[in-house]
Amino acid sequence: MRIRPKRDDLGDAEGDMTPMIDMTFQLIAFFMVIINFSEAEVSEAVQLPASQLAQPPEIPPENVLTLQLTAEGQVIFGGQMMDMQQISGALSRERQILQLSNTPLAEVTVVVRADRRAKTGVVQELISKCQDIGFERFALRAQQETADF
Amino acid sequence: MRPRNTTSAGDDKIDLQMTPMIDIVFQLLIFFIMTFKIVAQEGDFSIKMPQKPSAGPPNPNQLPPIQVRLSADANGQLAGIQVGQRPLGRDFGALRAEILGIIGTERGPGSIAENTEVELDCDYNLHYEYVIDAITHVSGYTQGGKVMKMIEKIKFARQRPPG
Repeated sequence: MRIRPKRDDLGDAEGDMTPMIDMTFQLIAFFMVIINFSEAEVSEAVQLPASQLAQPPEIPPENVLTLQLTAEGQVIFGGQMMDMQQISGALSRERQILQLSNTPLAEVTVVVRADRRAKTGVVQELISKCQDIGFERFALRAQQETADF
Repeated sequence: MRPRNTTSAGDDKIDLQMTPMIDIVFQLLIFFIMTFKIVAQEGDFSIKMPQKPSAGPPNPNQLPPIQVRLSADANGQLAGIQVGQRPLGRDFGALRAEILGIIGTERGPGSIAENTEVELDCDYNLHYEYVIDAITHVSGYTQGGKVMKMIEKIKFARQRPPG
């Protein structure tokens, strides 16, 4: 019969945890650096059209209002989904807030994130409603396409 | 004078409890891995569309806008492109060539490209992706990784009725 060694003879068989902890902290640091909280303004319901010339602006505009338009013609504004009739009221409230903070409407950029299958007429309708409120600057958002012409 | 404690063989070794820290660290790591999402870069096409024309004097060098008509079929797919009265089929490359033919190669202040505006006249039910395609082909192209700009002033014509 084989005699099992006594427990005292085994000694400390602890592995060195330091490299694993180092690597784990590096991974956490990596993920913390690349996490982008601005994506909160991005809805999964909207699939942007692709364009090779769509490049992020070198100087991001200061005052931005993001309107998202789904393929079905629903508008997402401030995290809430609304139809075309409701958006005018929401934009009017936004105008009041901007006026209270002394921000001229002409300096506000309305970013339109419309789905690739949305009807152009509906996009124009949305822009027209913004124009009625007094907004002048618009940015049509597209997804960057990497392939060459 | 009180003698300082000297390190002796009799001192107990203080073991830090690493387990809770490692637990938290791994939970953080799993959170970041689960929420990680590869998102493609996004960019904007800027258009300035005031409801009323600006109050200042009109620019004497401003040329009349180039009318680009995008028509759609019943399903919202692109049926045809027309520049002025000239039909171009469904070829966006031809649209770019047509615009390049109008504005030439000169760029910079005072050039035709700077003083020309494109007006997009689209059918109501046309899918928006074709509008972005048209804007892309009108506003420039890439050559060797560099963006060559064409017309930057783009606006929409009056909205067409649905149907």
